[in-house]
Order: sequence, then C-alpha cells, then structure tokens
Amino acid sequence: METSVKKTCLNERHRALDATMVEFGGFDMPIEYKDGGIVAEHNAVRKAVGVFDVSHMGEVLVTGDEALYFVNHIFTNDVRTIQDGGILYGMMLNERGGVVDDLLVYRCEENKYFLVINAANIDKDIAWIRKCAGEFNVKIENLSDKYGELAIQGPDAEATIKKVLDIDGSALGFYTFKMFEYEGETIILSRTGYTGEDGFEIYSSPELTVKLWDKLISAGVQPCGLGCRDTLRFEAGLPLYGDELGDDITPVEAALSMFCKLDKENFVGKDIVADQKANGAPRKLVGLEINAPAIARHGYEVLDADNNVIGHITTGYRSITLDKNIAMALVDSRYSKLGTEVQVRVRKKVFPAVVVKKRFYTPNYKK
Amino acid sequence: MIKYLPSHEYVRVVEDNKAYIGITPFAAKQLGNVVYVDAPDEGEELTKGEEFGAIESVKAASDLYSPVSGMVIEVNEDVIDNPKLVSDDPIANWIIKVHLHDVSELDDLLDQAAYDKLCAEETH
Repeated sequence: METSVKKTCLNERHRALDATMVEFGGFDMPIEYKDGGIVAEHNAVRKAVGVFDVSHMGEVLVTGDEALYFVNHIFTNDVRTIQDGGILYGMMLNERGGVVDDLLVYRCEENKYFLVINAANIDKDIAWIRKCAGEFNVKIENLSDKYGELAIQGPDAEATIKKVLDIDGSALGFYTFKMFEYEGETIILSRTGYTGEDGFEIYSSPELTVKLWDKLISAGVQPCGLGCRDTLRFEAGLPLYGDELGDDITPVEAALSMFCKLDKENFVGKDIVADQKANGAPRKLVGLEINAPAIARHGYEVLDADNNVIGHITTGYRSITLDKNIAMALVDSRYSKLGTEVQVRVRKKVFPAVVVKKRFYTPNYKK
Repeated sequence: MIKYLPSHEYVRVVEDNKAYIGITPFAAKQLGNVVYVDAPDEGEELTKGEEFGAIESVKAASDLYSPVSGMVIEVNEDVIDNPKLVSDDPIANWIIKVHLHDVSELDDLLDQAAYDKLCAEETH
C-alpha cells in the first residue's frame, strides 16, 4: 500500500519561503507562505497577481485512432464542440452517475487529448480510464510525473508572464491553449484557472517549472498556497472534488448539468443524468448565506425549521472578498429554491441561513 | 500567575480563585485573522480538559479547551463583538472569566518555560 507523501518539484522552494505545509491529495503542499498569509494571498489574486504551484495535478495523454470517440465516451462534455487548441471542463462518471473526477480536456488534435485531473484521484482515474478503454483503439499515458504546473492568476497575469517570462498569452481566449518551444522544450500555456480571475496555467518539465517559479518570485510575484486557492475557488462557486463532488454525487446534484451534453450518442452515466435532469435529483448543491457571525464548515448539518437534518455543508468560509459568512451545501432538493430559509448547526448552536446563488463572486474572466 | 494547556489556551489567575481564560499569542498567530468567537454563557460549568467553545479564523475552526474546572462568571463581550481583538492582543483580550473550583488543578498545567519549549518544538 502506498503511504508515502509525494513532493512536487517545488517542495524545497516552499520550505525556503517558510510555507506552512500540509498533506493534500497525497502531496506535501503549501497552505500559505510566511510573507503572505491566506488573506494577503487571496487579495493579491483578486487585485493583482499571484502564482500557485499546482504540480500535484495529474496529466493524462490520450491518443489513437479512436481517441475522440473514447474521450467523448468517458467525458460528460462534448469534445466535438471545440477546435484544436480548445479546452472543456467536464466530468467522468461511474455507471451510477456519480463523479469519478472533474477534469479539463485539452484538444491537441482530433485524436490527441490532454486530460488534467485531480491529484488525489490520479490512481483511481488511471485505473478507470484504462478499464473503460478496453474496447477502443487508444493509447493512455499517465504523464503526471513528467509535468510540473504553475497557475499565474489575477488581473495582472497576462502582463506578468509577458514581462517576467517573455511569454505572450494575449492572443489566448478563456479556455484555450497553445503549445510552443520555450527554453528547449515544448510547453503548454492555457488561459485557465481555479480562482474566478483571469489567469494562465503553464505545464512544463519539473526542471523548467522550478526555473519559471524562481523568475516569478524574484520579480516579486506573490506565492500563493492552497489555503487561498480554496477561498478563491469557493467564492466563484467552483466545486472541489471531495467537498462538492464525489463518487456518490451526480452532476445534477452538484448543479453541473450544463457540462453534461445529453445530445451526444452516449457517455458513461448518461442515463442517470438524463433521468435526474428530467425528473429532478434527490439532493441539490446550493449556496447559503448565514445571517450570524458563525461560520459553517465542511460537514456541519443543515436543518429545516423544525431542526430536522436536510443536508450538510460542503465548504464554508467568512468570504475574504465579500466579508460575509457563506457556504455551499448539499441539501434535500425541496429546500434548494433561492430564498428558502433553513438553519445551520455550528457546534452546539443553530443559526438561520438562506439559500442564495452559489456563485457568490462574479468571475472576471477574459472573454 | 499564568499557566497553559498544550492546546494553547491560557489561564491567568487574577484573584485567589478567579481567572481569565483565552488563547495564547502563539495560537493567535497560527490562526491568523480571528473572525468569530463561540463562547459559553455566564453561569455555565466548565470541566478541566473539556471543550467549552471555539474560535474561528478565515482558515479554520479550533475548539477551545478549558484549562480548569469552574463556572463562567463573565464573557468578554468586546471580543464577541469584535473578534479581531483576539488577533491583536489575546492576553489583554481574554474570552471568559471563571470562578475556579479547585485551585490545585493549576499545578498540572504548563508553566511559561514548559509552554515556550512546546511552542519552539511545534515551530520545527
């Protein structure tokens, strides 16, 4: 059994910056840096720019004569709707309609796709993809150890990568990418992120990732840890696998059915999604605003007016940008309508809360 | 006299059997910006080593454990109204004042030197 904690190529850099380190998804990762802290790092991304080490993410290359059919078979979105250089967000589902993982699919060519998956799910996903691949003429390569990844996020991201790294991302629209030669290797630059701000992600060899990181830090770019990655994505209403998504949560429940293309011939889990989309799902992911100083954290109970449990909190914070106590919660669908009054149990006490849109913060993406 | 629990609560005895309880500067620094203090009500009985409330920062919720057994005789309303005071100066901005039931319980707690040593170890 695998018990050792893995390190990204930037582990020594995080330690040199006195980061608070924790285990996340099987990796030793920074939560926040000494000369920063979660609030300062969060604000740097909202107002200027910050850089994240996201080298823990997994990368999988799918190629072969039937790559397009195969990716469309395991993926809820439809890769026929994008051109080469386009990216789609979507999910892989199990036969019960539960989410195996949420991922990005980069279309390199008609039969060449680059999948970016969650660190904690790499082994599970690879096993699942290989299992599904049985009948298809495709080649599956797990490249997770071959790539480092940086996320440069915030309104100043485009200017920063131009000035500090001499990388021009100005022509890239949101959710597109390009591959090009840089310092003797082929790297991937995409206009993507997980913060609700404009930004880029760069995939390169571990060695080059360290070089790029050093340049950015030397230029004064704020290093950002997983702490603010979570507060940023949460404010933008973006789900985190393990909180809002899991093997027993469907896309309809997670309010992600817009990323499931039912007009495709088939994909694993489609029947359940179609049924729930037509007839409703038992649970629904909602936003909550708590009208009290208490903060509802992951796992806390959501109650009806008579204190019956109707769901649980998936993520909750005092929003740094909005200065409000907000949460996402998976609740009985009967309580999912905007404006519904519910209650949240915070330790021994119960506080009133109201169902609101879960996109608490309007993202500033490049159009 | 000030004594500590390894979970970073202090008890500061101000009269023979009355004391203030709060979190240590070390804990305040680890937590970052405190945004909510969940304190017991006046008159509640506390048991040594048991949870009596919680303190929340942007990052996380931390349970508060009582260093002593006793009854809550005052809740610091300033801190309830303005939790950030705890981040600024957690000793001046205590959370509750208690009446101690058994002063000898203080003997089992960490003194300043022992607590400083613990903090030094946790930093490494």
